[in-house]
Amino acid sequence: MHEELRGHGFTVISVAEDRGADDARPWIEAAKPTHPSLIDPLHTVADLYNMVNVPTVVWIDERGRIVRPNDVAFGSDMFKAIHGIEAEKHKAALRAWVRGEAQALPPQRARDLTRPPTEQDQLARAEFGLGFWLHARGYEEAAGRHLVRAGELAPHDFTIRRGSMPIRGINSMGPEFFKMAQEWAAQGHPYYLPLPEEEA
Amino acid sequence: MSEPFTLIEPARVSEVQAEAGDGRVLLDAGAVHRALGWELKPEGFCRDGACVPIPREAEVLDGGAVDLAAFAALLRRPLAIDIERRAAYLGAAADERAEALRSLEAPGFTLPDLDGRPHALAEHRGEKVFLVAWASW
Repeated sequence: MHEELRGHGFTVISVAEDRGADDARPWIEAAKPTHPSLIDPLHTVADLYNMVNVPTVVWIDERGRIVRPNDVAFGSDMFKAIHGIEAEKHKAALRAWVRGEAQALPPQRARDLTRPPTEQDQLARAEFGLGFWLHARGYEEAAGRHLVRAGELAPHDFTIRRGSMPIRGINSMGPEFFKMAQEWAAQGHPYYLPLPEEEA
Repeated sequence: MSEPFTLIEPARVSEVQAEAGDGRVLLDAGAVHRALGWELKPEGFCRDGACVPIPREAEVLDGGAVDLAAFAALLRRPLAIDIERRAAYLGAAADERAEALRSLEAPGFTLPDLDGRPHALAEHRGEKVFLVAWASW
């Protein structure tokens, strides 16, 4: 998308909510992106934008205004059977906005669709932040305690629950992840939080 | 007895002297000012010309010391503490984050790329930006 639309005053900025550059490196090197591809081990962007899973996308206009808040979009339909989100739909909307053929969301609609964090969500991020700092200093047991506590405080936040798995020495694509996802679904909760269908 | 203690914020890490034990962290007002930017004045804790009054019942001050948890509660900021490892993370208030998001002003950030070179969102003012958060996990 970046290559296709870069002539229209457009850029993609990707941010990896990974514990460090080495986890993200193979993916970035394989994709050879020409846009900024940034690393965010402290989950700075997740905190600022209240992102609770990946992928999460935000549209920002030329004046630095959010014109489409946190949404879910995929680059391909590879896992469509699991999440049901069609890649091309979002791409078509993005293309039309960038080319000036369509407006993004009106400000009031964008504001209404914003999902602000609760005090407990922010406490979870503080526990995560402390856990990450302890991990970086090799205090793995203490780190694990705070990271688990963070996930208990914000069970919907998979940047914490799944994102801390590599730090806690757990395979984030293994049985513990699937058990967590199944339990979450069994309680009637969605794993991804796209914008409502009428905006898609 | 005061010993080194690490105070972590979303954008800053400070080393201070603090007394930590019995689930509490006590530090002197000077350390709060240096590390967190809040200065203790007769009218309360002040920063950038604004002051937050300290109600007596908030129990922020213990003798000459500041109770870190009560201080965080006063500012409505989340606090995670590890007494044993002598570190605490003082996060951003939910209100502050919510207000920023509702303003629709895209929160600014500066992060490194794979080579460690910093990039700021603000460098792209004048362009449409598709911000995508992803992860290898």
